[in-house]
Amino acid sequence: MKESKKYWKGLEELKGSAEFKEYAKKEFPEHLPINDGDGEPSRRDFLKMMGFGVAAVSLAACEAPVRKAIPYVSKPTSVDPSIPNYYASTYVNGSDVASVVVKTREGRPIKVEGNALSSLTGGGTSPQIEASVLSLYDKQRVTGPISAGQETTWNDLDEKVKAALSSGGKIYLVSNSVSSPSTQKAIDQLITKYPGVTQVSYDQYSVEGSLSANDKSLGKRALPSYDFSKAKTIVSFGADFLGSWGDKVLNNRQFAATRKLGDNKKEMSRLYTFESILSLTGANADYRTPIKPSQEGLYVVNLYNLIAEKAGSARLNAGSVSDNATLIKAANDLWNSREAGLVVSGSNDENVQLIVNAINGLLGAFGTTIDINNHQNIRKGNDGEFISFVNDLKNGSASGVIFYNCNPVYDHPLGSDIKAGLSNVKFTLTTSDRIDETADAVQHIAPDHHYLESWNDFEPAKGKFSLSQPTISNIFNTRQAQDSFLTWAEDETPYLDFIKANWEMDLYSMAGGSFYNFDAFWDKCLHDGVFELPSETYNNQDIDISGIYDAASAISSNYSDNGSDLELVLYLNNSVAEGIQANNPWLQEMPDPITKACWDNYLTVSPKQADEWGMSFDELSTTMKTQMANLTVGGSTFSLPVIPQPGQKYGTVGLALGYGRTKAGKVADRVGINAYPFTQQSNGARSYSVIGVSVEPASGSYKIAQMQTHHTHMGRETVIQETTLEAYKKDSQSGRNFPKIHTSEGIKKPYAISLWKGHEYSNHHWGLIVDLNSCTGCGTCTISCQTENNIPVVGKQEVINRRDMAWMRIDRYYSSDAGENDLSGMERAAENPEVTFQPMMCQQCNNAPCETVCPVAATTHSTEGLNQMAYNRCIGTRYCANNCPYKVRRFNWFKYHDNTQFGNNLSMNNDLGKMVLNPDVTVRSRGVMEKCSFCVQRIQAGKLEAKKDGRRPEDGEIISACAASCPSEALVFGDMKDPESRISKMLKLKVKDKGVEANEDRAYHVLEEIRVMPNVWYLTKVRNKDAEEANA
Amino acid sequence: MLKIDLSNLKTTGLLYSFVFAFFISSPALAQEDTTAVSQFDPEVVAAGEKLFKANCTQCHAIRTRLIGPPLENIQDRLERDYLIRWIRNSQQVIESGDDYAVSLYEEYNRTAMPAYPFTDEEVEGLLAYIEVESNKAPEAEVATTGEEGVADAGTSQLTSGYVTTILVVLVIILVLILIVLGLIVSVLTRYLKEKKDLDESELEVVRQRIDLGRFFRSDAVVGIVIFIFTAVVLKTLIDGAFTIGIQQGYQPTQPIAYSHALHAGEYQIDCNYCHTGVRKAKSANIPSANICMNCHSGIKNLAGKDGISPEIQKIYDAIDYNPETGEYGTNTKPIEWVRVHNLPDLSYFNHAQHVEVGGVECQTCHGPVEEMEVVYQYADLTMGWCINCHRDTDVNTKGNDYYNKLVELHARNSKEPMKVKDVGGLECSKCHY
Repeated sequence: MKESKKYWKGLEELKGSAEFKEYAKKEFPEHLPINDGDGEPSRRDFLKMMGFGVAAVSLAACEAPVRKAIPYVSKPTSVDPSIPNYYASTYVNGSDVASVVVKTREGRPIKVEGNALSSLTGGGTSPQIEASVLSLYDKQRVTGPISAGQETTWNDLDEKVKAALSSGGKIYLVSNSVSSPSTQKAIDQLITKYPGVTQVSYDQYSVEGSLSANDKSLGKRALPSYDFSKAKTIVSFGADFLGSWGDKVLNNRQFAATRKLGDNKKEMSRLYTFESILSLTGANADYRTPIKPSQEGLYVVNLYNLIAEKAGSARLNAGSVSDNATLIKAANDLWNSREAGLVVSGSNDENVQLIVNAINGLLGAFGTTIDINNHQNIRKGNDGEFISFVNDLKNGSASGVIFYNCNPVYDHPLGSDIKAGLSNVKFTLTTSDRIDETADAVQHIAPDHHYLESWNDFEPAKGKFSLSQPTISNIFNTRQAQDSFLTWAEDETPYLDFIKANWEMDLYSMAGGSFYNFDAFWDKCLHDGVFELPSETYNNQDIDISGIYDAASAISSNYSDNGSDLELVLYLNNSVAEGIQANNPWLQEMPDPITKACWDNYLTVSPKQADEWGMSFDELSTTMKTQMANLTVGGSTFSLPVIPQPGQKYGTVGLALGYGRTKAGKVADRVGINAYPFTQQSNGARSYSVIGVSVEPASGSYKIAQMQTHHTHMGRETVIQETTLEAYKKDSQSGRNFPKIHTSEGIKKPYAISLWKGHEYSNHHWGLIVDLNSCTGCGTCTISCQTENNIPVVGKQEVINRRDMAWMRIDRYYSSDAGENDLSGMERAAENPEVTFQPMMCQQCNNAPCETVCPVAATTHSTEGLNQMAYNRCIGTRYCANNCPYKVRRFNWFKYHDNTQFGNNLSMNNDLGKMVLNPDVTVRSRGVMEKCSFCVQRIQAGKLEAKKDGRRPEDGEIISACAASCPSEALVFGDMKDPESRISKMLKLKVKDKGVEANEDRAYHVLEEIRVMPNVWYLTKVRNKDAEEANA
Repeated sequence: MLKIDLSNLKTTGLLYSFVFAFFISSPALAQEDTTAVSQFDPEVVAAGEKLFKANCTQCHAIRTRLIGPPLENIQDRLERDYLIRWIRNSQQVIESGDDYAVSLYEEYNRTAMPAYPFTDEEVEGLLAYIEVESNKAPEAEVATTGEEGVADAGTSQLTSGYVTTILVVLVIILVLILIVLGLIVSVLTRYLKEKKDLDESELEVVRQRIDLGRFFRSDAVVGIVIFIFTAVVLKTLIDGAFTIGIQQGYQPTQPIAYSHALHAGEYQIDCNYCHTGVRKAKSANIPSANICMNCHSGIKNLAGKDGISPEIQKIYDAIDYNPETGEYGTNTKPIEWVRVHNLPDLSYFNHAQHVEVGGVECQTCHGPVEEMEVVYQYADLTMGWCINCHRDTDVNTKGNDYYNKLVELHARNSKEPMKVKDVGGLECSKCHY
């Protein structure tokens, strides 16, 4: 055999060095980290340790940890662990005030509800009120007094402040509208002590135009109280009174009262709106006319002329409007309603407001729907004084500024001037609760308590007093601002005693001597939260209309019917609103009632305009990708996402205020852009519309988080059933849809056949009515539900992923003029669509499709008609969600609590935020399904109270959180087994063997044809339109 | 036949002897009622008992000195009218300068007894109850020594003890039978081997040897053994898994050696007195230190001992009380009790529903607390345990208008009493939400 050929890999091998031989023995070139017994721990050791560790931990986990139970040292008699206490108090935020009842558990507030004793709220709330309890537990709040960026003590700060105040010079005290009499007195004390102090106030959304117009024509610089409940015809020119204008809780309640229908009430109000953006009020209007802000004045004057003609008064000289059909109709209705007519305008132009007052005067509305004697106190900022303050700042003639709970650097249009001017001022201080945009620019912070920690009193409307009491001892080393004022004024009286002294002096005598002594009076007021004097009698008064001729000529020159410039409308939405509570994630994630978008502000553009700009929104409803546009206003350009908004007036774009915070906290910062600086000073007041902006489509795409991307119900007429008032009067079943189904034995009604056997209810049978007619779509119920049921905030990206967790949503449908078979046409809503809001929550079906498909029986039916969800039994197959016809089940894709990924979910991710959680409701974990439970914890608690007393629960005692919060009382919750309950009477229920049958003609079930027999009943929407126009 | 008779005789004999031995050694279960026959109407006494427990037990016991004096045979010591006057307004009696009253007042640290405006009948009942109680023989000393730890956990353990005994006896009997049978077989085989007139087939049977090795190696036996082994291991694992998180018998050491046996057992202080939430709230409430001070401002040590008990001192420390001066300070620190009953967060349990509405006795779930020196978890607190009780328990509908209609409806459809399960007591969202 021939000797085999030698192959070598390298010189080392050829040479056969010793190192190479040693090296070649090893399979792998590098030394593997296998430990030879000494030195560093090896991978194997790691695995061994790990294995042992895991085993040990899992074994140890079998032993429950030692849990402590720590009782009070000395238990307060009024506090019992696990029993909630309720305290009447008053919500205050910026210029807004509302009487509330605060639910506390073990001394911590967990829920804010309306105070039914207050004639101003009637037990209703707003999203901002509901969410305010979370703002209390915001970690961004400053924890104590700060001086020159350093924490300091109150004594040190007081010394500095007193020295600064004593040193004289012009010192400004800047605030939002102060409607608290005692706060005003405390400020007055300060002014008395230091005469150099001047008080100025402003409102985020100025109503200067109304105030000065009222001053001229009514003799009072104040907003009158409106009574929408007495109005038969309401005409609103851009006043979003249901969403942001005036006292919206009261407006909602009164307006909704006129929209209730029944056997004994077949009349309802008619609402006309003339507006540029589609506002909440516009969405509720019977007749809505999109107009440009530059047309508004002319429309108002033309309405005046139409009314004046009927009243026999002189016409005003002004140009006409081309499209005046609706205006004529409105004028006719107003004239027919006379003193039950009401015209309101959101314009900040004094001239427009003067004409509006004159119209109301012609109608005789003063005394019925408008009351200036018992005026509102919540908006009374003075723009003129404020501007002189800013000028003094700029030119250095101010020597000190105290900001009392306001943030003008952010929310005043002159914010940047103020910020720049502050550096010229010797002494600057704020009572802000956080280092916000203003606090960042001042030297001292004397943080005020949150309202839930404070004593205070308010007079939101004349003669309607409301008390605030602390519901928790202060969390941080803060001090009530009024106590600070008094301390600085060298008055040692604690603010509580100060309030009491004021009440004893001013109000006790008005109580009519029905109290034993002042303490009895005080206790009663504190218990009730409110003390209301009867309204002063007020008859139609003569109003001074001398100014309207000048006003009309000013309008003629300032407004035009055919302006071609693009106009920007700045509005307040009903979630973040003015942006004071912007760091509240509940509000950030609450979808705008109209656009259904959250976590952003954006340009709303009319679809026609967007088409012209060549924007396409094909992907908006699928991937939520939208177009960007560059908005140029006042010389600066901003890049903003665009939402095509049906109903938006062509030639206008809308943008919400309240966003673009930079120093509010990690939730709000860098969300959207700040639109406050865009407002312009025109005609002597701040104008919230800007004429002559330009918008350029920009490249780049952007995802906008929308909770609802389908905008019609796609022709399924059993979802929304609506009619007109005229048709309803003739036939109360009009608009109803009675589906029929095909069976082998012919066409039958749905209840003729069923897959299910049904259930018998012997004890209770819970039900809910949703009156589509009085629901204004404000969304208060959704935040109330979120608070009550520990619903997590998922953040913008997860909303885009369609994983929002809200148990309750408000579906907003546009009625479009597309044909029934044109499905894509239906999605493209019309230029001026009709809008319907439909609150949608678990329908608690008696024949629940979800129950049928659950493989582990985690969702079952109760003997009280509830569709129960047992989280710990759920294995997360999501079959139930797939089988739910209403799409109301929510799946926990993540663990939202104690998870840094969901840092925005403040209520579950830090110790302080967790204080807001409702201890009676489980915080769900990852992998389980959840849904509306009809607030079963409230049902159980209510039943227990009744059982303890040995009686049946009374109607109204057990009520779901959504129904409790609803300002328009559109939601009615109750026991359908109780023949005396409101729900039974409203639905005219007939109890049958299996379930109940409603004899109310307006009551229907959504998707009745599938025979799932929900326990939620909807009442048809009735529009107050004339019959011939119903289809227009 | 003989062998069978023999074995039968032997086994039965054994069985009988065991049974006999068992009975004579077993403790008598029934205790004789030692209550003396009383001359009072039981209803009057019951009314008196209720009154006594509601109003008097805070300060008085029958035989023990608490805040107030023991009341044993008070009817013999004092006149009835005097007693009535004292109960209705003790301060008046003291102020009247009555020697006995004044000396009593001084003796008991000038602690005034509140005035109780009872009617004559009520006082009658009260006194009747005290007399009946006084006449009762002193109760057997309960195990109050403390070192013994967990007391007998009640009858269920007792019965399981019997079952074990019976099982052990049966196993012994079976083994004995096996031995006896083996003996008989070997005797018979030997006897047959000695016989010569056997044919081949019979011989084969006789000579047959049992090959144990082959027997144990056979597939069937190996299969059975493996099956049994696996089954036992699995059963143990499953049983083990079911006990995870169950802390039945959990008896942590508490920061204060508080004895329920002393307070609830011997002194018969009503549970409600300290656990104030039990009738109105979800939680029964561990009493706050100020409740302890209602009595312990006066009682500083066990009866008959001087000075301050170190355990009671812990209460004083917590509430910053100076027993010398009787003054309270501000340096309080709450007592950190260790929670014994830990229900998982996913289940909602409400004491008021069970105790106030349902009329369930505390002991039903918490066991004989009045005998516990240190509290332990008596029930296993599993969902099965809850559900079983809901299946078996009648709803306490009496006098509660909430249930009127339900009872009526139930009676129409069923003759059985209305159980908790009939009013939705087995539904998920009654406890889980």
